[in-house]
Amino acid sequence: MKWYLPARAAALASGLAFCAAATHAQQEVRIGVIYPLTGPSASVGGELRNALELAADIINNGAPGVADLPLSQGKGLPNLKGAKIKLVFADHQANPQVGATEAERLITQEKVVAIVGAYNSAVTATASQVAERAGIPFLNPESSSATLTQRNFKWFFRTTPHDDLFVHNAFDFLAELQAKKGIKPGNIATLNENGLWGTETGKLQAKLAPDFKYTIVKQVSYASKTTQLTSEVQSLKAASPNLVLQSSYTPDAILSMKTYKELGFSPDMILANNAGFTDTEFIKTLGKDAEFIITREVWALDLARSKPLIKQVNDLFQAKYKINFTGNSSRTFTGLMVMADAINRAGSTDPEAIRKALAATDIPGKALIMPWDGVKFDNAGQNTLGRGILVQVVDGKYNTVWPFNMASREVVWPMPKWDQRK
Amino acid sequence: MNADILLQTLASGVLIGLIYALVAIGLTMIFGVMDIVNFAHGEFLMLGMYSAFWLFALYSLDPMLTLPLTVLMLFAFGVILYKAVISRITNAPMLSQIFTTFGIMYLLRGVAQFLWKPDYRTIPNSSVSGSVNFLGLQLGEPQLVAGLGAVLVTGVIWYFLNHTRLGAALEATASDKDAARLMGIDSHKMFALAWGIAAGCAGAAGGLLATFFPIFPDVGATFILLAFVVVNLGGFGSVTGAFIAGILVGVIEVMGGLLVGPQYKMAVVLLLFLGVLMFRPQGLLGKA
Repeated sequence: MKWYLPARAAALASGLAFCAAATHAQQEVRIGVIYPLTGPSASVGGELRNALELAADIINNGAPGVADLPLSQGKGLPNLKGAKIKLVFADHQANPQVGATEAERLITQEKVVAIVGAYNSAVTATASQVAERAGIPFLNPESSSATLTQRNFKWFFRTTPHDDLFVHNAFDFLAELQAKKGIKPGNIATLNENGLWGTETGKLQAKLAPDFKYTIVKQVSYASKTTQLTSEVQSLKAASPNLVLQSSYTPDAILSMKTYKELGFSPDMILANNAGFTDTEFIKTLGKDAEFIITREVWALDLARSKPLIKQVNDLFQAKYKINFTGNSSRTFTGLMVMADAINRAGSTDPEAIRKALAATDIPGKALIMPWDGVKFDNAGQNTLGRGILVQVVDGKYNTVWPFNMASREVVWPMPKWDQRK
Repeated sequence: MNADILLQTLASGVLIGLIYALVAIGLTMIFGVMDIVNFAHGEFLMLGMYSAFWLFALYSLDPMLTLPLTVLMLFAFGVILYKAVISRITNAPMLSQIFTTFGIMYLLRGVAQFLWKPDYRTIPNSSVSGSVNFLGLQLGEPQLVAGLGAVLVTGVIWYFLNHTRLGAALEATASDKDAARLMGIDSHKMFALAWGIAAGCAGAAGGLLATFFPIFPDVGATFILLAFVVVNLGGFGSVTGAFIAGILVGVIEVMGGLLVGPQYKMAVVLLLFLGVLMFRPQGLLGKA
């Protein structure tokens, strides 16, 4: 019977190991993160990956000096006995098809309890559909296509404001400008690229303008892959608007500014809708000719003047990766924090419990590194407290000018005419 | 609508049209000499732009200064591409030829994206910037220089084709390569030369464009559709035709945009193109 003893010992040992593994597994919450790590959006994907890793690191290991940030004490998720967050990365290559397959893999093979992703709106659409079918919560921190939250999904949540809200923000800004500073915007023209984004934006602008009692005198649309914008700018010039609302990608944004100058088109203001106007090449190329335009943004470092938390977290990011947050990485960071907060409140890794906790989310604005009033989802899963900001290019930098209570500079309005600039 | 705006728009149209012409001349030459449609032509233009960009970014050399270098590099690239790939498909069925140049297009685009990322690059503060007043017209200096450069390059090519022995040999190969071979002209050398010149033209266009147009891996796609329209309109294989058609397309595009509406400017260009196809399928200066 001597062989029996070692066998018993082995069985005991393996049993112990199994228990240890089981408790270890309980200390880990697996969250799937699905982003473009290769392919055309890879450079953004890399930044987002850094933001996600920083957020997980803060929750798991703590960050002294950022007391306002939830879960920053380094004790993991307190309601789950200090469980640590484990990010499971998936690469969707900016391809909706791959996005769906990867979501499937995360859920069936990696056994993640929730998914955060996916930056490109088209991929978010397909990946979240897989999660919806599987009954796994999907939180989207940064895709702005309005239709994503119009699908009656039960498991889909979005923290970022979407395009409709951004357009609304522009008109809110004009109304406040008139009420608080006595500046009247006058006649409005729109210039939009004719893809899905530009066209939808143009339609919404035309719909909202009368509600706010403004007149749109001309709407011009153009193909973003154009070689020149001469006739577009001539038509604008003929309508002589005071304000141009513009939605352009990078090459056409640069081309349009150059054509404005060349043809001497000087409206009081150009109020742009992000995209090309916030690309790093925009100011770099145009230099002084980029001055004074106002554009929609989602985040700016100078917001730290009214919200110290932004600088504190950005310092951590800067120390680790030698770059500042951007509108994209700050939103992704926030998305993972919101998801972690919900899992903690759920006190469980059961998907249904997490979904319920997400739906009951109520995070105040002061606990976020975004210029939002907070995070609270409506029935469609859309965060109702998000908002954009407006920045104006002055001295070669983007300065927050709206919301007025977060502004780091007064609005310069109107912009000087081309021939009166130094 | 006053005369000022019309004249100003006309001038802008002519300037951009000259660039279209320069891009199209390379395309028309390859087709004229060896009956191959080169879908990768827009990518030659893209490489020309990146050449100008990198010479500027790495050595702070102005694109105007490095233009000859860019043209030479692209010329060499065209010849190498011919020797390595195209020479193997000169007698292949047309479909294979189309797929080959199409493949090269995607390959070059992919390589550019891999090496230089999909970001938009620009060359700030080149020696040509700002605008000049000419007879009351406001003309962008980069566009003006690019237009003049296009005229110059076209002139050189025209002279080469019509007044040199080598040019005559090229023309002879274009009209009948078998007869030309019997006369002792090495058609493979002529084909290589055509690819070199074509890539060089695209390189020149790229270098000139780089002073005012953003540089990105897909930039060739922006110009290639218009270049095909120009080549068809001017007549396949006709350099003079491409020159005239280029200007015509540029002018029709902006005038159509101004008079009909900016959203219809490409529609106007393509409508005219259809008209030409119906009534003069060989193009304006093409041989029937």
